[in-house]
Formats: sequence, C-alpha cells, structure tokens
Amino acid sequence: MAYSDKVIDHYSNPRNVGTLDKSKKNVGTGLVGAPECGDVMRLQIEVDETTNTITDAKFKTFGCGSAIASSSLATEWLKGKTVDEALAIDNMEIVEELALPPVKIHCSVLAEDAIKSAINDYRVKNGLPELEMAKSHH
Amino acid sequence: MLKLPIYLDNNATTPLDPRVLEAMMPYLTEVFGNAASRNHPFGWAAEEGVDYAREQISSLINCDPKEIIFTSGATESDNLAIKGVFEMYAQKGNHIITTTTEHKAVLDTCKHIEKLGGRVTYLPVDSEGLISLSELEAAMTPETILVAIMYGNNETGTIQPIREIAAIAHKHGALFMTDGTQAVGKIPVDVIADGIDLMAFTAHKMYGPKGVGALYVRRKNPRVKVTAQMDGGGHERGMRSGTLNVPGIVGLGKACELAKLEMAADTARLSAMRDRLEKELLTLEESYVNGSREHRLPHVANISFKYVEGEGLMMGVKDLAVSSGSACTSASLEPSYVLKALGLSDDLAHSSLRFGLSRFTTDEQIDYAINHVKEAVTKLREMSPLWEMFKEGIDLDKIEWAEH
Repeated sequence: MAYSDKVIDHYSNPRNVGTLDKSKKNVGTGLVGAPECGDVMRLQIEVDETTNTITDAKFKTFGCGSAIASSSLATEWLKGKTVDEALAIDNMEIVEELALPPVKIHCSVLAEDAIKSAINDYRVKNGLPELEMAKSHH
Repeated sequence: MLKLPIYLDNNATTPLDPRVLEAMMPYLTEVFGNAASRNHPFGWAAEEGVDYAREQISSLINCDPKEIIFTSGATESDNLAIKGVFEMYAQKGNHIITTTTEHKAVLDTCKHIEKLGGRVTYLPVDSEGLISLSELEAAMTPETILVAIMYGNNETGTIQPIREIAAIAHKHGALFMTDGTQAVGKIPVDVIADGIDLMAFTAHKMYGPKGVGALYVRRKNPRVKVTAQMDGGGHERGMRSGTLNVPGIVGLGKACELAKLEMAADTARLSAMRDRLEKELLTLEESYVNGSREHRLPHVANISFKYVEGEGLMMGVKDLAVSSGSACTSASLEPSYVLKALGLSDDLAHSSLRFGLSRFTTDEQIDYAINHVKEAVTKLREMSPLWEMFKEGIDLDKIEWAEH
C-alpha cells in the first residue's frame, strides 16, 4: 500500500513523542484503541489553566504508519489551541491533511477520540462535567 | 554495494534461477510445438521436453514419471486432489480430515466439499503448529476417504509428522494427500518412504517459473484416481485436460534437477543464515519464534515482536521485502489464522514478521536485515504506549480497552 508523503514524514520524524506527568492536575491523558485491534493511542495535553490554552501535547502510539501519523499531527495541531478549539478538531481534517485512504479513516477517528478523551480527563480532574463523546468507533 | 530493498519473502515466491530460464528459452522460441501433436517433429520435440521434465521431477520425489500430472500450480493441484478424490471415492465415503493451518487452497476447497454434502474434520494444532497423531487416529471413521495435511507450513515452516500421518490414514483405509508446496525442493521428500498418495507442489517456490505445478498421483499400492475437474482433450491420463505449458514444465523439471543437486548445500547454508538471523533478533526483549524450532523448514523464520504493531513495523523495515502476520492493510483487521491456530493472541499475531530465505540470499543481506529490524523495533517501542506500560510493570491484560 502506498502511503502519502505526509504520512511517511510523520512516521519517520514523529512530532512530540513522549510522556507528560499524568499526576499533574493540568495534564489530561487519553488512552484509546485496543491491542487486539492493532491500534492503541495515548495522547496527553498540558493546559495553562489561566488562559485555557494547550501549552504542550505528547503522544505514544502502537499502530500502523497512518495511526502514528494521525496522532503525531494531532499533537502538532493541539499546541497553542484553546481547549474549546481543540474540541472542534474533526477527524476528516486529519484525513485530508494526511491524504488517508478509506481503509485508514479509522486511524483519524481514533486520533479525534484520543483528543476528546484527553480533554475529558483534564475536565474531570478539574471538577468539570464530562463531555459526551460525539463519535464512536465504527 | 548492497541493493535495496532486500527480498526475504521467498515463501511467497522465489526468483527464477537463471539456469532454469536458460533451459526454458528454446521452448519459448523455436521449440513451440504442442506436446499432444503426435504426427510431426514439432510435437515430438515438445513432448520430449515434457518427458525429460517428468523424469527430473520424479527423480526428486522418488516416483514414476507417469505419476506426475501437470497443472497450473499448487492451488489447482490441491483442488484437483481433494475434489477429484471426493468425487472418485464417493461410493466409499464422504469424510475428509485436514488441519486448521492449511493453505487457503486446501481450506476453501474443503469448505466447498462441505457445501456439496461432504463432512470435513479440521484438526487443531499445538503451540508449535503440529497436529496430534492420537487426535488424527480418533478422527478416522470408516467413511474417511482422505487425509489432507500439508508437509511444511508456509507461515511458520513447521513440518508435520508425515510418515506417521500416512500410516494412520492407510491403517484406516483412507488416502493420504499432502500439500508439498513449501517442502518439495527444500527438504528431502520421498513419496514412497513417506507413504504419500497424492501431493501438490509448484515450480515458483523452488526457483522455477510461475503458472506451472504438478500433482503426484500414485499408480501402485494403491492405484489412485481422481475425477478430472476440467473437461477437454483428456491430457495427463484423463485427469487434467488442457494443452501442456511446455516451457513452464521444462522449467519445473530443471528446477527439480537443481534442487536435488544442491539441496544439501543450500540447506546447510540457509539454515545457518536463518539461525543467525533468529538468534540476533531474539536478543531483542519480548521477541518470540512462532512455530516449531525442531521440526521446521530450513529457510523460514517467523518472529513476533511484542508491543509493536505489524503494519507499522513493515513500514519501518521498508528496506526489506517480508510478510507480516497482520492483515491490517485489508478491510478486515483479522490477523493470520495460522498464528492464531498456534494459540497466539491477536496482538502477538499482529506483531509478527515472516522471513523466507532463498538460494540467492547472502550473509551481507542478513547482516543488513538484522540491524534494520533491530532499529525499527527499538524505534517503534520508544513510540509505543504498550511498551511503556510493560516497562512500568502494568499488566496489559487487566486493562479494559475501549471498544474499537
């Protein structure tokens, strides 16, 4: 299968691989997917509570090149966005940016879920109500 | 200079040996006759080429030249053997025994037989991919007409106890058929000593051309017959109609001759390289060999690297042409059914690579492959949340993963 140049770039030079301290109150962690499905993404955000802005984002992904690229791209996009702006990221934007083929759309859905899951974790830690997940897998 | 990518997918297909091509060339050019044309020299020359190939092939597997039925490849041979026996021996019974780790050419043919009203038993395999002889014995019934069990597995290289299987089949009056696709030309296969009644094999897994294979059909003790699956001119003793692929057959013959001559040397060289590759890759933590290490084809290694995903790994080893146990590229997320039959969890099956070495594989290529795979696995693990959790001592089986 042919990968787009952008997928290859993110796979070869992944942005923001790493781990944030999940015990910190202003760090939200999302862990989505399952090993037996061949995709697990962990996405973390660090939020400046005064401005509600994401100051740092890190990921680790077990999965195919498209899954790694989707999460790498997501961390790039998250930095500097407010939490509300981050919530508005749609998986189809990732599909377009990375030129993912139809069989790889689930990777982008997983990345969107990881973002929302990280934001939810941050909200719950800070006494805010959990958001409904708008999309579910498949 | 090392040429990239390096081809290590020789269980899928092998390159054509230049000596095989050389033998074929006249039959692709001036010797173009139809081997069935009995009344002029063009036909005689073609027939002569075919007859010589029959001798080369029968000498490799120790049969009579008349016992070779030429086909388009192993898939057709498997189909002809199983469907042909099912039809020919319908009076005797309708039960076939096979295994869960057969090639699709056997499994899907058996599914077809079930639709026709036949009964098929699919024997499970143990963690090394071997069947249990006592389970085979217990599955035999008076209606069992055929036991169809492969010689060496295409994914793991595991070699079944062929002689013992044949003895059990014969004790209960059934025929024994084996898919010898990966074994013929790689290890000594002797249809007499092994007790094989029918055997499918193909040229392109042993440095011959694609599109030509054979079915060995025993003529004595017992005389085995299969019902033709294609109607036509009654070629190949009425069992397989269709003008013979003379250049292909000549290529298969030459490939068999070379295999016989070079098998011992190839085996020694390939198994040493394979063992070195395996030993080096097993120095990576949490890596496991799939299949039997004792009963195995000399040129195959199948290794799972836990906590990295197969397709991502394939992308990381882009300088190598290998196969993965992960079928993620297709719409289905199902990992290899062969590895799952060995009891591997889905994630371990997804994380596997299959290396198939050939006569043309060099030590330099293996050195490169070792470093390349090590680098890719290490890099992907640094990126893997599962690896981090494992390193922190978290039991991944205890985590409730989201529906996906």
